[in-house]
Amino acid sequence: MTPLHLPHYTQVSCVGDGLAPFRQALRTGIGGLAPCHFDGTALPTWIGEVAGLDDAPLPAPFADYDCRNNRLALRGLQADGFDAAVRDSIARHGLRRVGVILGTSTSGILETEIAFRHRDASGALPASFNYHGAHSTYSLAAFVRAWFGLEGPAAVVSTACSSSAKVFAAAARMIHAGLIDAAVVGGVDSLCLTTLHGFASLELTAPEPCRPYDAARQGISVGEAAAFALLERPPATPDAGAVLLLGCGESSDAYHMSSPHPEGLGARMAMEAALADARLTPAAIDYINLHGTATLNNDAAEGCAVGALFDGRVPCSSTKGLTGHTLGAAGALEAVVCALALTDGLLPGSANTRQLDPALHLDYLLASRDAPVKRAMNNSFGFGGSNCSLVFGRGA
Amino acid sequence: MSHTLTAWIEGVGLIAPGLPDWATAAHVLAGRTPYAPAPSVLPAPALLPPAERRRASRIVRVALASGLAAIEHAGADARRLPAVLSASTADCHNCVALCETLASDDPRVSPTRFHNSLHNTPAGYWGIATGSMAPSQSLCAYDGSFSAGLLEALVEAASSHTPTLLIAYDAEHPAPLFAFRPIPDAAGIGLVLSPEPTPQSLAQISVELTDAPATLLADPALEALRLAIPALRGLPLLQLLASGTPGRAHLDYLAPLSLAVSLTFGPAPC
Repeated sequence: MTPLHLPHYTQVSCVGDGLAPFRQALRTGIGGLAPCHFDGTALPTWIGEVAGLDDAPLPAPFADYDCRNNRLALRGLQADGFDAAVRDSIARHGLRRVGVILGTSTSGILETEIAFRHRDASGALPASFNYHGAHSTYSLAAFVRAWFGLEGPAAVVSTACSSSAKVFAAAARMIHAGLIDAAVVGGVDSLCLTTLHGFASLELTAPEPCRPYDAARQGISVGEAAAFALLERPPATPDAGAVLLLGCGESSDAYHMSSPHPEGLGARMAMEAALADARLTPAAIDYINLHGTATLNNDAAEGCAVGALFDGRVPCSSTKGLTGHTLGAAGALEAVVCALALTDGLLPGSANTRQLDPALHLDYLLASRDAPVKRAMNNSFGFGGSNCSLVFGRGA
Repeated sequence: MSHTLTAWIEGVGLIAPGLPDWATAAHVLAGRTPYAPAPSVLPAPALLPPAERRRASRIVRVALASGLAAIEHAGADARRLPAVLSASTADCHNCVALCETLASDDPRVSPTRFHNSLHNTPAGYWGIATGSMAPSQSLCAYDGSFSAGLLEALVEAASSHTPTLLIAYDAEHPAPLFAFRPIPDAAGIGLVLSPEPTPQSLAQISVELTDAPATLLADPALEALRLAIPALRGLPLLQLLASGTPGRAHLDYLAPLSLAVSLTFGPAPC
């Protein structure tokens, strides 16, 4: 594909608001996971919770969209001047030429869970239950589109843990088709009982902070995050610090609803498609941010595919030990990791990982180190066998 | 004016209340046969392994059946086609059961309930049923979900240079969600959209963004269906296709936008 430019990007996760605390976490390996007490839940696991969401309702004009997920979205829009950058893009391109393509898996399901505790004798939900603005999976994009007063195309992509990687591919297609000139892309997923108890039911939640790719890994730490990027056509000569989206690859496992193909066949197809889309060979990649959930099956399958395709020659890591697995936000959050790896010349280490699984043939980064990074790949794989790989690069 | 997206319609599948298949629906939409209301009939997904087939929810059944009908009509190979699945939401029966469990004294949920709660569950079963490892997309845009899916399928076909399958579908909302979102039954529209004309092409479709109000269906019962089930906001497009004469319709998308959809028929231009 023709490269696209990410002039602005930001994140909010359990490590803090904006790029500064995220950079520090990536360098130091000190993240934000803590034992789970979310909403009175006593699951023996650790989570990545964003502080301060309970006491921060959306401003009155947007009260129809108030829910934990959209509060987290607003925190993301307000970080690092992202809101102003989007408004500047709208001023240049027009209200109908800036799309909103966002990923979420949870949307405002937490508020639905709470409403079910308050059903009346007939089983009816309280009148305050908000289907359109909170429960609906589309509510995230509806809120962001309303926040900016946009009148252009919008959608929520909801493909579990690949959602907010696939938004980059969807928005790129729309820009290249001439439908829009820019897009607000990203992902927002928030803590809720469905995902905490759901992953626990699959015995995939770790009783400790998650240890991606570790020989003794025990599962995931569920996290929450908002991560956004602005996607536009690049200037004629992007400067050396510019972050570019070079290629997108998508595939389906066609194997199982909640287990990856054992050799990571679908994952490999997505990585190969992303490289082909970027017209690059595996040797051109300097860093891979792995999906690396820290479940036995995910890391084994992805590690197998990455080992086979890159022959153990490309430095790679999962950064979920810092943030937890932020599910529908993970693709965009880890796109931001790739952007920082490119701009800062940083190979991020894998927080909490002590010893690489010896079965895997990888150049795995236990600790962070400085090195030039010209091109970085981001892997995101979701339940339902939904795979997406993205390739980012630096200008010049 | 906005950019125009173009493709060729290679096959259609439709399941809706009183419209059990495209052949029947084409007569009704063209006014040759009166509309007779009836509940949607959702075939069991024969391509799924027996255990999954028995357990397949209504939203999975309607998505798979309308997609497979379009594939069959087009004479296409499902394994080669990128698939765009668009629905206003996931399986609401499953959602109610999960939320009831989570609100109870014992909040432990079943693993199957959890993976069936995903918006992309039908896409996952589509891959398992057809063996397709091609990319699939699962998206939503509330009542604009049909148009959002159509746009995504058109840009996917253009960028991948591959015929692309759109499956727009929804299923009924049970109590207590029905009181807030009264979707009464399941319905699905499948379209195979080719970036190039082929001998199989039924019509050429051109789509652009506009802000004209959506085309209403003259038959009050069909118009009620169009409004009741988000996927059926695509019915004015199918009515054009059924008529077999060139024309233009407007589909609901996201206010203030709608989609202007034009169909032309006849031999493909050389």
